[in-house]
Parts: sequence; structure tokens; C-alpha cells
Amino acid sequence: MIGGRSIRTPFIAGLVGLASLLAAWPAAAQEAARPPIVIGSKPFAESYLLAEVFAQLLESRGIAVTRKAGLGATEVAFPALVAGAIDVFPEYSGTGLLVILKAPRVGDRAAVFDRVSREMARRYDIRWLPPLGFENTYAMSVRTEMAERLGLRTLSDAARHGASLKAGFTADFIGLPDGLPGLRSTYGLAPVEVHALAPAVKYQAIAAGSVDLIDAYSTDGLLERYPLTVLEDDRHVFPPYDAAAMLRGVVARDRPEVVATLTLLSGRIDVTRMRRWNARVEVEGVAVAAVAREALVDLGLVEAGAAGATVATPRASLSLVADLWSRRAAIAAMSARHLWLTSVSMLAAIVFGVALGLALSRSRAAEGVTRAVGVLQTVPGIALLAFMLPFLGIGVWPSLVALFLYSLYPIVRGTVTGVRQADRQAVDAATALGMTPRQVLWFVRLPLAMPVLMAGIRTAAVTNVGTATLAAFVGGGGLGDPIVAGLALADTRMILSGAIPAALLAALVDVALAGVQRWLTPVPLR
Amino acid sequence: MAEPALRAHAVVKRFGGVSALDGVSVAIDAGECVALVGESGSGKSTLLRAFLGLTPIDGGAVFVGGQDVTAVDPVRLRRGIGYVPQDGGLLPHWTVARNAALVPWLAGAATPEAAATAALDLVGMPLATFGARWPRELSGGQRQRVAFARALAARPAVLLLDEPFGALDAITRSDLQAMFATLRRQTGVTTLLVTHDLHEARRLADRVAVLCAGRVEQIATPAMLVSSPATPYVASLIARAGLAGGVA
Repeated sequence: MIGGRSIRTPFIAGLVGLASLLAAWPAAAQEAARPPIVIGSKPFAESYLLAEVFAQLLESRGIAVTRKAGLGATEVAFPALVAGAIDVFPEYSGTGLLVILKAPRVGDRAAVFDRVSREMARRYDIRWLPPLGFENTYAMSVRTEMAERLGLRTLSDAARHGASLKAGFTADFIGLPDGLPGLRSTYGLAPVEVHALAPAVKYQAIAAGSVDLIDAYSTDGLLERYPLTVLEDDRHVFPPYDAAAMLRGVVARDRPEVVATLTLLSGRIDVTRMRRWNARVEVEGVAVAAVAREALVDLGLVEAGAAGATVATPRASLSLVADLWSRRAAIAAMSARHLWLTSVSMLAAIVFGVALGLALSRSRAAEGVTRAVGVLQTVPGIALLAFMLPFLGIGVWPSLVALFLYSLYPIVRGTVTGVRQADRQAVDAATALGMTPRQVLWFVRLPLAMPVLMAGIRTAAVTNVGTATLAAFVGGGGLGDPIVAGLALADTRMILSGAIPAALLAALVDVALAGVQRWLTPVPLR
Repeated sequence: MAEPALRAHAVVKRFGGVSALDGVSVAIDAGECVALVGESGSGKSTLLRAFLGLTPIDGGAVFVGGQDVTAVDPVRLRRGIGYVPQDGGLLPHWTVARNAALVPWLAGAATPEAAATAALDLVGMPLATFGARWPRELSGGQRQRVAFARALAARPAVLLLDEPFGALDAITRSDLQAMFATLRRQTGVTTLLVTHDLHEARRLADRVAVLCAGRVEQIATPAMLVSSPATPYVASLIARAGLAGGVA
């Protein structure tokens, strides 16, 4: 193959670069004989908070933990648990029943929990610890003003006004069997419009009147902040959603102290407590770690006077700049990790994408293969990560592979187009005067393709910086962490603490690559 | 008589169902300049490209320096032949000096710069003045001169010219034709000149081969061609060029 031989030198250079970057891998601490317990969470406030409560409780008993908060969705978190990438995360019995086991709903709260814990132990060797004590089910809510005006008290009432209701639901609710489909089949509730909304903006949307009906959760801290009325699920379409810690069976057997410690929480958290803690995070803007600390003190599980138990200040009392500045070390570390994710995945994508583009440039298959690579771009990030989970687990690897795949298309397209469009007369004359095909590629086609090729690489790189926030969904780190957490917690500051550095990083990467482009592009083509 | 420098024997080339070359035989002796004249689609460029091994032929054989081109390494073959296309085909991202030094450099010459310098002098584009320029900074005529320098730098035995003056204005064309005539006198290089311009052929070539629809109509000296056209097509070509001697 012509392409493969002629790009040997940059290919090797690329591999060397890749190897040295991999050598700089942010190594996970592996010093202790007993590995830390890896605690995961899904990206919403209560999940973050419960995971942090688990983490601090274990730490208070001398058990080392690693946090992998904000995993994309149940479809990411659960396979990660089964694969052993995480050891424990807070889950709800109804989710276990419907989303994981895909079983029909059965009986009451106790029956569902019993069914879910048995099935999971049998099928996946996953252990459910005794429930924490509260349920977090759907609290379908309308503005109180509207409830009073239309006389809405139950979901059956709402169904009668479906033709005039605009709904704002989270994406998973729209798809879940007990979500919108359940409302349709059980109540005949068919809102005239359904908007997919991020959890964090639902309340603002309904308060502003943009939507009339939202799928709130019964423990939402924001539920009491707005004048909303929760509609009764009078036909019981929603299954019980008992919160509990879900643990890998092998950890439950080998680390009894973990089970014993986490079970201290069982039956201790009622819905009022949970809603108040959620409000501390979601409404008052107090850091998750601080609220978790308060919660454990509140439950009498850690000493109030212990180190770090200062009165938590809501971050809102600082100006945005002061707030960002106060967290500069953390932001710098996240930015470094982000840049590392982008660099490694881009380097691999450039080496592979340019090689593929060169190989394709003289092939009839070019258009088909390039399009196929383009289709990769349309795969939603979460879906791609969920698909790779069984092979790659969570953390850095799936993040790198996803970023690599998302970066390929502009690079391959740029290479194929650039090389094909290279001045035909120059290519013809070079061949006729005795250049080998390899020399034509290396001395003529590639230099002449450089502007188009580099445009593809720069597009890929800037997109990559933005896409790298995806890593947060699988515990890959980077600036996506504060963005995902901020979205989940309705914390604009937290979002900005990730989004602003990410935007600066994207601009920086583009400027740097503009320099590289200038350096690589022959003078008359600049 | 020695083996001709270039020889085509009963060459057949088809593109799809169309015959571009339909049994063409031509022989060009060392030092001779033969013009291949014909209209667009007559097959003249196809024959030129066959000598370079750029167009595989479907029948017959093509020889350069007595060797069948299919039997030699095409890259080595091409490095021994000078080639000038209509548009020059200079590498736009290389300077004039580097363009001119291309073939000696490819062939691994010890001093490609020296060869380029000599060749650029030959075409009136001294390296000291033009060497550092980019092709886009030259006029069309200057670019063609550099293309000639590039073709000649490695001192090839054979020069293949594919409408080298076709894209130039009348005055520049005349200048370059004069330059070519001079450098051929100086170098004695064997030349195959593809052109659609009978005037040009008459001015520059020792013999003219008229090609029509993939067949050779006549091969003769320009004078013979004009005085005794072998076919009605040749006669009409001469008439259209305004070269007919008397009342035809």
C-alpha cells in the first residue's frame, strides 16, 4: 500500500509521541494492599450527595475510597458496577426493576425491593444493602395556580386536560416504560407538546410558564422553592423507588467492614431529611461534600467537631471571579487532565486518520469509508460510552477511545479531499518526470493538501476539546466534571468553572494548531 | 542505421469502446525533432504518454532507446526523458531553483544545483535572478521556460513536449519557439513535439506526423507534407492552416 509506506516516518514519530504521553498516565494510587472502594454516582444532585455520604462515612471508619461521581446514566453506571469498574453506587428499586431487569412491576414497596435484590444477586452477583429509608419517585407537578384554576389534583385530572398541557420531561422519563409511555397507556395522558429538558432547567421552565407539567422527583430540594402542586398517581403507574446502596457481590463478601459501615445508613434517611439535604445543595448552593458532612453529623454517624466540619458557606456569597480564583488549583488540575485527554486522543486520531485518508485517497472505497467514519459522529456520546463499557470499563480508556472516534471524521475527510484536490498538473508532471508514487505523495500531494488537511485537524481538535467533557460521564475526569455536576445541581457557577476553561482551552488549541499549520504549509500556499 | 531513439510499432490503445490509437507506427531518429500533429482526440497525447509508460497500451509496442518500455522500470525510464506539459506543471510549492533541479535530484546527482543552474541559463532564466521565486510569481512564458529547464537539467536523450506553447499568447509563443529552436541546436536532443498547430510543426520539426482518429495519415518533412499531401484529410488540414502552396 502506497499510503502506508510513505507515511512511515510521521507514523513512527506519532507512536513515539503517543507512548510518551501514555507514560505520563495519571496513575491511580495503588499503594495500599486493600484497594480503595470505588464509589460511583449518576449525574443528579441526590446521587452525588448519597455517594459522597457513602464515601465520607467509609473514610471516617478508615476505609479508603475513590470517587467516580456523575457517571452518565444507569446504562453506564450499572455495567460499570457489574464489570467491577466501580464497587458501589446509590440506586432505586424501581430503576432496578424497570431499567436494569426490564421486569414488569410487581406488588408493593417491599415486594419490589425483594424481587430486585434477589434477581440482581442471581443474575449479576450484585448485592442491595437494606434500603436507606426514603423513596424518590416521580412527583408529576404543575403550577399551583394552574392546578387551582383547572381543578387538578390527580394525574387522571391532568389527563382530561392533556390537549392543552405542554410537558417538560427529562429524556429518560420520555423513554422509560413507567414514564411518558406509562402515562399514556394508563391515564391516556397525551400532552400537546413534550420537550426534553435537563433536570436542572425543569423548574425554571415550569416557573416561567414555558411548560405546564414536569417530572419532578419527590425528594427534589427545588420542589418546595417553587409554587408547585404534585399530582397524585391515583392509578399507581410509578413503581416504588426505594433508595439503597448497590454493591458488588465480591466486595460484599471480601470486605464485610464495608457492608457493616454502609448499613449504618439503612432506614435512617426519611424523605424530609433527604429533601432538606437536596435543598442545601440545589437551592442554597452549598458544596456536596459539605452537605454530606452535615448529613452524617445530623445522623450522628460522625463527630460534629471533627476536622473539616466548619460551617459550610454557600459559594454564591463569593463573586464569580473570586470563586473561580479560590478553586484555581482544582481547575488547573482538571484543565491539565482535559488537555491530556484531548492531546492523546487527537494524536492517535491524527496518526490513524491521516494514514487512513492517504490509503483511501486513491481508492474507490474512499467515499463509502469516509461516510462510514462520519456516521460515528452521529452516535450520541452516552450511547457510545455505554456500548464500549463491557470492553473498556469506565475511566480514561473509554473516554480516549470515544474522543478518538469522534475526531476521525474531519481528519479523514480533510486528508482525502486535500490529497485528491492537490494540483493535478503538478502531480502529473512529477510522475512523468520520474517521481515514485511514494515521492509524489510525500513531496507533492501531501504538502499541497496541507491547508485542507490542517483545516480538518483543527476542526477535529476544537470539537475534541468540547467533546472531552463527555469523559465526565464515565469517570474520565477533566473539565466535564464541573459541567456535568453543575448541570445536575443547577449550579451555574460550577458549570462556568468548567465551561470557561474549556472554551479558553479550545481557543488555545486552535491558536497552537494555527502555528503548526503555518509551519507545515509550504510558503506559497499560506 | 542505429535503432531509432523513439519507436512506436502498431500501437493500439482503447478507452472503453473508443480507439485512441489504432495501429500507429512512428520512428524518431536520434537528434531528430518530429511533430505529432492532429486535432483534439486524434490520439497524439496518448502516444506521447505511452512513451512515458503513463498509459498502458492494448496492442503493439513502444520503444525508447531500443528498449520496450514495458520491460523497464517506469520510474527510471521517465527520469531519462525530458517532459514539458502544456501548463508547465511546475510544483507550486517549490522555488524555481528546486523545480529546475528536480530530475537530477531524483536521480541522485551529486550536484543537482549545478545542473539546474546550467539548465536555467539555457532557457534564459538565470538562477541568480529567478532561482528563489515561486512559480506563481512568474509569467506564463517564464513558467514554460522553467519547465523546459526542468526537463533538460538531467541532460536527457529524449524530450517529449505536450503542446508546450499552446497556452501562451502569440508573442510569447513565438519567443519560446525561438528559444526551443536555439536550445535544440545547442543540445541536439531528440524531440517528440505534440501540437495542433501546423505552423508550429513546420517551424520547429524536421518531420511531421499527421494523426487522425488514432491513425497516422502521413509522415513527411514539412515541405513534402505541403507539396504532396498523402490523404484528403492532410490536404484539408494544410488548407485550413492556410499553408497550401498554390490553388489546390
